[in-house]
Amino acid sequence: MASGEEDGTVEEKETNNKKRTKGAIATAWLTFYNIAMTAGWLVLAVAMVRYYLQKGTHKGLYRNIARTLKFFQTFALLEVGHCAIGIVRTSVIVTGVQVCSRIFMVWFVTNSIRQIQNEESVILFVVVWTITEITRYSFYTFNLLNHLPYFIKWARYNMFIVMYPLGVIGELLTIHASLPYVRRSGMYSLRLPNKYNVSFDYYYFLIIVMLSYIPLFPQLYFHMLRQRRRVLHGEIVVEKDE
Amino acid sequence: MKINKLPVVFFEVEILDAKTKDKLCFLDKYCNCFLVFHVFVSDPQWYPARQSIRLDPKGKSLKDEDVLQHLPVGTTATFYFRDLGAQISWVTVFLTEYAGPLLIYLMFYFRVPFIYAPKYDFTTSKHWVVHLACMCHSFHYVKRLLETLFVHRFSHGTMPLRNIFKNCTYYWGFAAWMAYYINHPLYTPPTYGEQQIRLALTVFLFCQIGNFSIHIALRNLRPPGSKTRKIPYPTKNPFTWIFLLVSCPNYTYELGSWLGFTLMTQCLPVAAFTLVGFIQMTVWAKGKHRSYLKEFRDYPTLRSPILPFIL
Repeated sequence: MASGEEDGTVEEKETNNKKRTKGAIATAWLTFYNIAMTAGWLVLAVAMVRYYLQKGTHKGLYRNIARTLKFFQTFALLEVGHCAIGIVRTSVIVTGVQVCSRIFMVWFVTNSIRQIQNEESVILFVVVWTITEITRYSFYTFNLLNHLPYFIKWARYNMFIVMYPLGVIGELLTIHASLPYVRRSGMYSLRLPNKYNVSFDYYYFLIIVMLSYIPLFPQLYFHMLRQRRRVLHGEIVVEKDE
Repeated sequence: MKINKLPVVFFEVEILDAKTKDKLCFLDKYCNCFLVFHVFVSDPQWYPARQSIRLDPKGKSLKDEDVLQHLPVGTTATFYFRDLGAQISWVTVFLTEYAGPLLIYLMFYFRVPFIYAPKYDFTTSKHWVVHLACMCHSFHYVKRLLETLFVHRFSHGTMPLRNIFKNCTYYWGFAAWMAYYINHPLYTPPTYGEQQIRLALTVFLFCQIGNFSIHIALRNLRPPGSKTRKIPYPTKNPFTWIFLLVSCPNYTYELGSWLGFTLMTQCLPVAAFTLVGFIQMTVWAKGKHRSYLKEFRDYPTLRSPILPFIL
């Protein structure tokens, strides 16, 4: 945020001061937020490793970490707000879509369909998310503090190459596993006749969600690849990602 | 169009591509009284509607009526050319996007095969409100088609081609979604029965007449073939008195019509369509309101863009 010290009127200097204060508050808040989120996902990682070392199995692991996962993933909704008020330079829509898809997976698939909570695919995407988020939030934190170690930058722009597809596989397998239970229970569905003259079938909705990965995943993946090329190969472009 | 009787001056004109800055064309003796031109006129692929000629690469397009002499250029004029992409006429887009819902709704109304269970093919609903809804919906789109052909005077001839796909998906998609439920064998009539339907029909008809009145009033502001812009004012028709409070009453009445239709059918997809339409029309109304304020110093201050005193 360049605030030029021009020969301005008193009002101009006042607005410049206000801008600088607002910028300082925003930076302080974002630093706190990113540190908190890094810590949260680290706690999650530690909890998962401990559980697996103690119990030797992944069964029951989800139930064990469910509350922490729900808390920190839901908290990420704030990031949409950050973009909306402009303290983070990313598109509100892109962030919104990403956060919503996470919230959807956590609350509307894994949380509400208990029978699939012990599936391996759940562990797969939770592990992937944990690694990705720890890398991402520590990247933002160090960036805000202007002390970014190269290995974190490297991790942020390289690990996604493997993590992203793995995460997608985990999510898709989980949704697929949930389908028979959704169909049988008729959950979140509205049948005709009803006084609103509308119907909603959660089963078909989930199928549409799965199909939507086909156009969406390549777009997001190639977007990240382009970002990577720009950042790691030293082209001078405004970083649009944080 | 009158051209000033000034001594004829010759300009040097060069046309550059707005993106690459390549020199596309150079004219060394262009007369000042000529209108702004188009390039590549011998190539049918580059029809004038898709050409944007402008003084600044990122600026606004010059109009066909602009005269070289009245532009802020020296004796060497530099213009920038931008390709607007394939264009399609507004009339074509409107006709296509309105004919779709008309026909699609009727397909659901007559319960054409493969929509509902086979035992319902070509049957009719036992609820009279369903017949009424079909009449209202069809009337609405027939009115729109006729207005497109005989009433509206368009400022721009064309819009980008991709708009027709976007717009038709929107109109046709929502029409199918609405029509599916209203004409469904398991449709539930409105909770408050005849009272609700009667009120809804009154609102709907009132707003249809209102919307039509506004379209006529706007048409009469503009003489045939011209593209002038004037402030609209209330006329003798009471339906236009809303101009005192609103800049774009055509959108206000349109919202009212769809609220009436929602009430009449008590169907959530209709409510959703009304909401989305309202959001879009509010964006347009605010834009129009802003451009009225910019263009006219004496624009009435009591007016709101779309909802009196509110929005």
